[in-house]
Amino acid sequence: MKHPLALAISAAALAFTTTALADDPKQGGIVNTIVQPEPPGLVLGMIQNAPTRVVAGNIYEGLLRYTTDLEPIPQLAESWDVSDDGRTYTFHLRDNITWHDGEPFTADDVVFSADVFHRELNPSARAVLQHVESIEATDEHTVVFTLVEPFGPFLISFEAGTFTMVPEHLYAGTDFRNNEHNDHPIGTGPFKFANWERGTVIELVRNDDYYEEGLPYLDGVNWHIIPDGGSRAVAFENGTIDVLPSGTVENFDIPRLSEMDNVCVTEEGHEYFSPYSMLWMNNREGPTADKRFRQAVMYAMDREFARNVLWNGLGKVPLSAFGSNARFQDDTLEPYDYNPERARELLEEMGYDGEEVTILPLPYGETWTRWAEAVQQNLREVGINVRTQATDVGGWNQRLGDWDYDLAFTYLYQYGDPALGISRTYLSDNIAKGSPWNNVEGYENERVDELFNEAATAYPDEEREALYKEVQEILHEDVPVGWLMELGFPTLYRCDVKDLVNSSVGLNEGFRDAWLDR
Amino acid sequence: MSFFARFAQNRGALVGLIILLMIIAMAILAPLLFPESPWRMVQRPFLPPMSQDGFPLGTDTMGRNVAAGLMHGAWVSLLIGLVSTSVALLIGVPLGAIAGYYGGLIDDILMRFTEFFQTIPNFALAIVLVAIMQPSVTSIVLAIALVSWPPVARLVRAEFMSLRHREYVEAARLVGQTNSTIILRQILPNTLSPIIVLASLMVATAILLESSLSFLGLGDPNVMSWGYMIGAARTVIRQAWWLSFFPGVAILLTVLALNLVGEGLDDALNPKLSRER
Repeated sequence: MKHPLALAISAAALAFTTTALADDPKQGGIVNTIVQPEPPGLVLGMIQNAPTRVVAGNIYEGLLRYTTDLEPIPQLAESWDVSDDGRTYTFHLRDNITWHDGEPFTADDVVFSADVFHRELNPSARAVLQHVESIEATDEHTVVFTLVEPFGPFLISFEAGTFTMVPEHLYAGTDFRNNEHNDHPIGTGPFKFANWERGTVIELVRNDDYYEEGLPYLDGVNWHIIPDGGSRAVAFENGTIDVLPSGTVENFDIPRLSEMDNVCVTEEGHEYFSPYSMLWMNNREGPTADKRFRQAVMYAMDREFARNVLWNGLGKVPLSAFGSNARFQDDTLEPYDYNPERARELLEEMGYDGEEVTILPLPYGETWTRWAEAVQQNLREVGINVRTQATDVGGWNQRLGDWDYDLAFTYLYQYGDPALGISRTYLSDNIAKGSPWNNVEGYENERVDELFNEAATAYPDEEREALYKEVQEILHEDVPVGWLMELGFPTLYRCDVKDLVNSSVGLNEGFRDAWLDR
Repeated sequence: MSFFARFAQNRGALVGLIILLMIIAMAILAPLLFPESPWRMVQRPFLPPMSQDGFPLGTDTMGRNVAAGLMHGAWVSLLIGLVSTSVALLIGVPLGAIAGYYGGLIDDILMRFTEFFQTIPNFALAIVLVAIMQPSVTSIVLAIALVSWPPVARLVRAEFMSLRHREYVEAARLVGQTNSTIILRQILPNTLSPIIVLASLMVATAILLESSLSFLGLGDPNVMSWGYMIGAARTVIRQAWWLSFFPGVAILLTVLALNLVGEGLDDALNPKLSRER
């Protein structure tokens, strides 16, 4: 039986592609863009940092893609069925796909990638795979995943960067990390790896045998490596570079660059990651251990100001623990608006005695430094005795890993589903020294643990929604961390580069549909 | 001729002294004129100078009052300059005195130690020290002191070497004064004038060093200093020139004033060497 949802989604996907084609794209041309910093390698699945994803996402593919609303659409799988009990997922693969070296792509590649390759190398895929009992290729173009129990975010975990398909015929039985093909990645994507001049440029060329008729339109994409932020801005200004992926120029350059002729800006294309900036607050000791203090911090911060002045109006002031792109967000909660009066009352009520509280900025550049200064001043104005500790990336990692902080800036990806990107910050079994990415604040609440764990495996979605609603209410009241900003990561590009951002991972696979109107 | 009359003979020195007094006045008056913290975001960001009452020098990237920052920054710069120079003198003078007075093996050991510090570029060493100790006023003062004492030691040693065989020193030895008394009571007072001149120049260097460190983001994040103001403004220099211009002028004037005063002191303390005017 074909799941009705899958049908509806295929139809939506069709409509989606048609609008993209409406402008009658032109064939040919090479786009010059930037990757920053230079990636350590290009084998997606083995390496998952941002620069690798943005380049290799055009070489490798996953079973599914996701629209900017995080709805799955076909990629290597043309359709999929979900059994009524939510435990069996059947993927039907396209039958006309070949690897860049000419070998056909089959169900065995999927089984190998998921069951062998990712289980060994990829922690984020592993977190999903622990819910998977078996993966079987029932014929050459059909793969069946059987789950231990229903797992809500399963269908959203097939994004190429997390669940890359790698060629079995090149990797099976080898030492993956030292495989000779790592220097010349072979995928199924719209572009083939051509050349990598270290420190200068990575060149991708059109895959003439791509399975989507007519795609890609471009002859190639050159990823330039320019180490200095100022030089990158200049390269865009003088026309050497057509596309600036988010994070490649400093915030303060963006207004100037975006006001140039023929330059377009979009904030779309990060919905899957939805970078969410938070203020860690040490729940274990000191004033920050008191709920009322943490609430006071929320009321004391002028987040609208930070958004308008520091982030040039990009991004969103968040409501609560679930970002606005997260599934099951409860938008009925009372927002923590800027209210210094309320903050002072709360501090009075708890009997705050002026004990010194330290604040650790994120050492990621000017904007973050200015932001810490603004928050420091906000807190001082309601009577909190704050002192900023300057540190470098190593010191920041170490302090957070050792829980040696009071307040600290950070940002995390949300990965579309609360069970993938949000619960990890609040679950008490995710408290472990040594990592700055887990439950660093030390929040422990049995009910929250229960609700998150239940919601991850509840089925269907209505049931998950009810559980997540309760958890959001508790978190909103307890304020385990400060919710600073849903970051806006703008992509700047020449307006004649068309259809560049068309999915929830943006440029990571954007050049598949892009074309040049020149 | 009195000391001040000799000093005032050098017109430049007089101008320098006036500028310096003005800056000191700025530092003292800062908390009275701008009682609020200079970090306070009080107005729209990027207000140009003179465009609004109460903001003669405009506002910065976050709407903070540049004038308030400048006045409070004067205090920080002067404080760091003076304290770090004093610490450097406390290290350099005794080392130089002992090396110069005793000579021989002690001199060799102490001078090799001094040279060790001299071979490392000042600024590079200061950066490393501040980075290791984490930026704060204390660590910056220490770092500046640690990189600037070697010239003091060498100067004092040279003075001691030339003075230790003078007749009044021999006489003191003859009446049975101890070495420490001779060093402290007999020779040191006679080396003071070059030390004072050097110290005034060191204060200027220290202010420059602190500004450079803050410019690079290695300043104390809790105090508003001129170097910090320029460092934070350099990224918007195309949009808002005044953010880096005014603190830059302040640093220039302070350093210039200290140099002029140093020269004037040199003339006043060494009348025989002073140039004919």
